[in-house]
Amino acid sequence: MSIIDKTDAVLEPEAVGFDGPLLDVRDLHVEFHTRDGVAKAVNGVNYSVEAGETLAVLGESGSGKSVTAQAIMGILDMPPGRIPRGEIMFRGQDMLKMSEEQRRRIRGRKIAMIFQDALSSLNPVLSVGYQLGEMYRVHEGLSKKAAKAKAIEMMDRVKIPAAAARVNDYPHQFSGGMRQRIMIAMALALEPELIIADEPTTALDVTVQAQVMDLLAELQREYRMGLILITHDLGVVADVADKIAVMYAGRIVERGPVHELYRNPGHPYTKGLLESIPRLDQKGQELYAIKGLPPNLTRIPSGCAFNPRCPMAQDVCRTDVPPLHPMTAPDGTELVGRASACHFWKETVNG
Amino acid sequence: MSELTSKTDTVVAAQAATTPDAVLATDAGPAPGKPRSLWSDAWYDLRHNWMFLLSTFLILLLLLIAAVPDLFISGSVSPRDGDLTAHYLQSPQMSHLFSAEWFGYDHQGRSIYARVLHGTRASILVGVMVTLVVSLVGGLVGLISGYFGGWVDSVVSRVTDVFFGIPFLLGAMVVLNTFAERSVPVVALALAVLGWTSIARVMRGSVITVKQADYVTAARALGAGTGRILFKHILPNAVAPVIVVATIALGGYITAEATLSFLGIGLTEAISWGQDISSGKDYLRTAQYVLFFPAAMLSVTVLAFLMFGDAVRNALDPKSR
Amino acid sequence: MAELSKNDEQGDTTPNVSEVEVVEARTEAEEVAALEAPVERGEPILQVRNLVKHFPLTQGILFKKSVGAVKAVDGISFDLYQGETLGIVGESGCGKSTVAKLLMNLERATAGEIFYKGQDITKLSGRALKAVRRNIQMVFQDPYTSLNPRMTVGDIIGEPFEIHPEVAPKGDRRKKVQDLLDVVGLNPEYINRYPHQFSGGQRQRIGIARGLALNPEIIICDEPVSALDVSVQAQVINLMEGLQDEFNLSYLFIAHDLSIVRHISDRVGVMYLGKMAEIGTDTQIYDHPTHPYTQALLSAVPVPDPAAREHRERIILTGDVPSPANPPSGCRFRTRCWKAQDKCAEEVPLLAVPERFKNSDTPAAHESACHFAEEKDVVHAA
Repeated sequence: MSIIDKTDAVLEPEAVGFDGPLLDVRDLHVEFHTRDGVAKAVNGVNYSVEAGETLAVLGESGSGKSVTAQAIMGILDMPPGRIPRGEIMFRGQDMLKMSEEQRRRIRGRKIAMIFQDALSSLNPVLSVGYQLGEMYRVHEGLSKKAAKAKAIEMMDRVKIPAAAARVNDYPHQFSGGMRQRIMIAMALALEPELIIADEPTTALDVTVQAQVMDLLAELQREYRMGLILITHDLGVVADVADKIAVMYAGRIVERGPVHELYRNPGHPYTKGLLESIPRLDQKGQELYAIKGLPPNLTRIPSGCAFNPRCPMAQDVCRTDVPPLHPMTAPDGTELVGRASACHFWKETVNG
Repeated sequence: MSELTSKTDTVVAAQAATTPDAVLATDAGPAPGKPRSLWSDAWYDLRHNWMFLLSTFLILLLLLIAAVPDLFISGSVSPRDGDLTAHYLQSPQMSHLFSAEWFGYDHQGRSIYARVLHGTRASILVGVMVTLVVSLVGGLVGLISGYFGGWVDSVVSRVTDVFFGIPFLLGAMVVLNTFAERSVPVVALALAVLGWTSIARVMRGSVITVKQADYVTAARALGAGTGRILFKHILPNAVAPVIVVATIALGGYITAEATLSFLGIGLTEAISWGQDISSGKDYLRTAQYVLFFPAAMLSVTVLAFLMFGDAVRNALDPKSR
Repeated sequence: MAELSKNDEQGDTTPNVSEVEVVEARTEAEEVAALEAPVERGEPILQVRNLVKHFPLTQGILFKKSVGAVKAVDGISFDLYQGETLGIVGESGCGKSTVAKLLMNLERATAGEIFYKGQDITKLSGRALKAVRRNIQMVFQDPYTSLNPRMTVGDIIGEPFEIHPEVAPKGDRRKKVQDLLDVVGLNPEYINRYPHQFSGGQRQRIGIARGLALNPEIIICDEPVSALDVSVQAQVINLMEGLQDEFNLSYLFIAHDLSIVRHISDRVGVMYLGKMAEIGTDTQIYDHPTHPYTQALLSAVPVPDPAAREHRERIILTGDVPSPANPPSGCRFRTRCWKAQDKCAEEVPLLAVPERFKNSDTPAAHESACHFAEEKDVVHAA
């Protein structure tokens, strides 16, 4: 667990006065070399996050949503992974061109990550207080005592009851929800500018899930952090996101502000997903089901990757890869922030 | 942050990649390609592993030597009879293919080449016999104690602990001391008596993991009997680590036999590398080749089995790479 | 699929048994025959009464001594009617999966009865138990671990026939397996493939085919879609609904996803810490919940509608579920309940129609184990 870099040099914002997006991912490609060929996990992803904004990246397993996050964090296994193309701009600087040393200074301090499985992300033989305090001891050079005090403060912050009494407990002594709070505390310890949360509540029970998502949203507002929330749960997204990027087979197929996108999806895949989930407030008839299976990443269909499963597919969908078109209202005005990678987005929106 | 990432998507990508299915997409979801069992996947890995190919070649060669050593010796040369006047400590000479002079002659005028080749049989036999006995006994004990648990497991575990506490070679020496005539089966048995516990432990651990799998529960829910669950569901899924440990241990058993023979309490009847190494040590300063060739043969043999075991492990458990 | 309908009742005649055995065999055969009798639609096919499962906590290596018990299931009762789907929801540790194991006879109940067609199956063994097993099958949560990776799909789906050879003669089996693959929407040609050659959704279909092989009457589904991708979940749910109609199955559908449970269930039971908190029809539970735990659970479910997030009332519970080894006295939910009073710590609330709704006709009149039950619609609060 080398969570922490030993350098104490603070990354000075070289780009003082930079006013672009906090994080800007441009044309990112990631592939994995396997026995059966090259698995193209990410195929040209573009997204950006501003300070204080929540971007939800929605997708199924194999859509490339987690791989993108790992590429941003620089924790991709390489090999077998490879980034043949793309830029990851953090405050205007391309992290892929940085030295390992420079990246380590950003990791944990400027960008932190929260994982799905808190138990395996915490070291089982060290107390949580020690692990939390380590952030302060190593990064800020605090004394053992001061670090512990900070750790208790942080545990209070994430609403762990009786923090002072539990600071010396070990990870397995906490429940799943409490462990996820500790993970959040560790991620927030150095007040990063961006948090990437990869399925942070998937392993938790519904009632605890609500607590943890609330906490995360509250802390994000308080610290004005950028948040990338990676999930497959349409409900969670609807609850917390400002804007959404829907991923399929390593590409963003649709993006837009959460309200508009849910009200009127512009891509058949998004539309199918929204229609295929059962509702809590009414008993529906038979569920709409997207036919078929997510594609094999070593053999992504030509043209639009979704075409074999799409009810609207035409010949053009099998030959031409649709670009991410900006969407406009029927009267021609631009729909701010909305885009769809479908040849027939107009028909999808209106149909 | 943490390097202990949950690599969900990576895993999925890799999974998708090893599965040549699901390019597309009717509801039925075709899975094109031929049926591919996990064993055939492992076989595919092995065939493309130079270490496996090399070690297999060596092992096959050794087996052939063990079966018919005379095939590799030109003329009829007895490994037991020496001619002291003609060949006493004669140095190695490259005359013709498979010549008895290749490795020189020892202090009794015997052909070292012939002795080394004839010694192969005893070493390989001991190694294979110990491995077989140990795998069967240890595997069965491990299977039973791992599956049934409870007091059976407690008793078996304590017994294996006791055996585990006895130093392997020391124990074998004590056992073998009670025999005046020590043939191949006797030595093999002495080693097996002390060796089965390590296999039993590996098997037990493996069975305990496998028996918690849902497919075992599913079989029980169908009403399957203990025999079917043990031999159809648990054994095939639990046996891989045992195969690996057993192949690697085989090399160790060959070394153990040589060590015992070196110490003079190993084989009495057969020609053994250990004995030859033992007698060769006396001429270390004057005729190194007397020691060198049996020792080299022993090393090559052990190395071949270790490499084989390593390759098998990589193929059966791709994650350990 | 005529072969799969329920008409193979032969297999139970025992032609060549000795005199002594006949008496015993006959009673057993009668037992088995009783188990084979059809149940009318709408009649209870499974009745669970005061079911208890405590897992003892032990210490010591050779001589184990008991130091307490995890009360995984602590006295629950419910009926499963022929042809219906009963959903069981609850958070992890509430005992819902243990209920599934008890119904499958994979664990022995500590106390209580499970009546299948009037016969207590917790006491059965041998042939009668095997006959029951034929009629109660299970679909597992994880399609990656529930199929033996070293067996072909044909062997996996055909295994039920090998264990119960009376169901299908040897020559017919391959054909039957292919029919089953077809029924669950897989290509029958894949009979010789291995599980790892399929995706999660396809594997779950294989698991369902195995569950259907013996023409069961009841299928226990333990989180059958929670491991699947969103776009594949709907396919599997639709398949299961279709199969229910086709083969007249009764489902016990255990899940933590409340939306899916509502979609598929006729009735729903809510479990908390080994007890049933509330049980009723889907409308009663979802639109007219009276137990505070149900209300909190429903209000916590993220709804895929961003417009609702400003309007919906959220009941955020504090704290975690207490340990089932040491549950709170009285009402088990009281430590997290906002209504809790002294009475809740002293008296265990019984699962019954609350007094105040007893004579009313409202949907709130359903069984709820709360001293202070009152109706509160948290789902349509907008």
